[in-house]
Amino acid sequence: MSPTVNLLVRNGLTNKGRTILTMMVIAVAVVSFSLLQTAVRSYYLGVEASAPDRLVTRHKVSLYFELPMAYRDRIQQIAGVESVTYANWFGGYYQDPKNFFAQFAVGDSYLDLYPEYLISPDEKKAFLSERKACVVGEKLARRYGWKVGDQIVLKGTIYDGDWEFVVRGIFSGRDRTTDTTPMFFRWDYLNEWVKAHRGHDSDIGWYILDIGDPGAAPKISQEIDALYADSTAQTITETEKAFQMSFVSMTGSIIVAIEVISFMVVVIVLLVMANTMMMTARERVAQYGVMKTLGFQGARLSVVVTGEAIVIALIGATAGILAAYPVIAFFGAFLEMNMGSFFPVFELGPQTVAQAIGLCVLCGLLAAVFPLLTALRTPIASALRKVN
Amino acid sequence: MAEPIIQLKSVKKTYQRDSFLIPVLDGIELTINAGDFDVLMGPSGSGKSTLLNLIGGIDRPTSGEVHVAGTKVSALSESALARWRARHVGFTFQMYHLLPVLSAAQNVELPLALTKLGGAERKKHVDAALGIVGLAHRAKHYPRQLSGGEEQRVAIARAIVSDPPILVADEPTGDLDAKSADEILTLLQRLNKEHGKTIIMVTHDPHAAERGHKIRHLEKGVLR
Repeated sequence: MSPTVNLLVRNGLTNKGRTILTMMVIAVAVVSFSLLQTAVRSYYLGVEASAPDRLVTRHKVSLYFELPMAYRDRIQQIAGVESVTYANWFGGYYQDPKNFFAQFAVGDSYLDLYPEYLISPDEKKAFLSERKACVVGEKLARRYGWKVGDQIVLKGTIYDGDWEFVVRGIFSGRDRTTDTTPMFFRWDYLNEWVKAHRGHDSDIGWYILDIGDPGAAPKISQEIDALYADSTAQTITETEKAFQMSFVSMTGSIIVAIEVISFMVVVIVLLVMANTMMMTARERVAQYGVMKTLGFQGARLSVVVTGEAIVIALIGATAGILAAYPVIAFFGAFLEMNMGSFFPVFELGPQTVAQAIGLCVLCGLLAAVFPLLTALRTPIASALRKVN
Repeated sequence: MAEPIIQLKSVKKTYQRDSFLIPVLDGIELTINAGDFDVLMGPSGSGKSTLLNLIGGIDRPTSGEVHVAGTKVSALSESALARWRARHVGFTFQMYHLLPVLSAAQNVELPLALTKLGGAERKKHVDAALGIVGLAHRAKHYPRQLSGGEEQRVAIARAIVSDPPILVADEPTGDLDAKSADEILTLLQRLNKEHGKTIIMVTHDPHAAERGHKIRHLEKGVLR
């Protein structure tokens, strides 16, 4: 081992208690940071997983307002639109209000437009041929122990009453990021209820368009919205990503708060490390003086001073990452099962790991600034007098 | 005839403490030849250590010139001065200034971090230096496990490990008992005679001073 590296390591071990405590603070901070960042990333995963060749047309005012069914045929005729389907938010729960998950009444071709939902042809056929049929994602099925053929009853909140369904299919996700916590049922079933209870056909929550060429999205969006610019139900057509983002932005302030807190944790690490390194600097003034006497200059001295801070930061960060995996797996299992619509995939990603380690190294570097300046600026004679 | 290795010309050193200017050295003229073992004596505050620091290149004169081993060290930049120190001067201090976190061998090896020597070469040099000071058997011991005399010998080994031509010793026996002090002085004499090191030593002890070739007295910043 080179003498410089040897000194760096030995210095780090001088005050074991303080070094270990500092590393523990860093480790705890890294776990917190990773957990919060994973939550943020998971929350945005739906947006990232959006298909570029799908557009969504909704009411210009808000999703609360619906669009006429008559729009479907006209949208279908727009050049570049390959197919159109539609969906409505149902908003029910299973047995108890706390058993909430996403349910959508969807048009017949809905599953055709979402190839990321993997379902067998037989199950798909069964879904399309039965009025009360529904398909559920595998995480949702696992959460409630549902199997194909099970009869389930949901309590409607927007559409009052008990709603009976038969599980005719369980779909899995093509990608890790595919959300497999929703339930889809036939729009006809919803329309039947609306007609019976409200005396008219149901309107449409939003249309989903397959446009084939993502490059045509702006032109098609403009054309559709212009088509209904003078109607009572004006539209806004946007990419699926923008549509998902509008949901995310509804709770955006919470996510921003989480993000801010996660970076506050990093600031705490910085302060703890800076405190440790400042104490270290005071203790090592004479050592720096001796080293300078022997001919050590800025660069070599920097290696010893900043190296110690970085080694402490890296060991703390590594311990934190190792601890973060089981902690996040524990929370992830719970969140994916119970809040899968918000956190479809809750796992520690390489990006978060790199970010946590990078920030710890940065904190180490920043924390070493003061000791380094002390080492470089203190005249040798003054430094040696500290011992004498 | 021996060549001058250390030359100080009209050297003045003044420290500033707040708004006060404190003159420490006043017009020092000094020549020390290669292979000499010179001793600097004088009362506390007379400027002995300051003079030693100027010769060793760890401080700069306020005015005047310091030439050591053919280099005008008073004109070197900070980094050039550091490189020069590493090659030309070995230091020993009253308080030894060993790094407590490193073993004797690791302390001695430290100056070699500034060289391009590989691990095996460094070890050879460290073993040789510890052998010269008679502490090869204590190589793995830490400073806290050594006596004062042994610590000073390790410090001397560190000072000579990169084979500098000059050793500056600032009261090397000031913190030692008589027996240990005698061993250190004998060692310095050996380094001077057998290894040709030029030594300039500061001491308060007249008996220690007798080991040198020449004794110089410094009073109120002036060499007598």
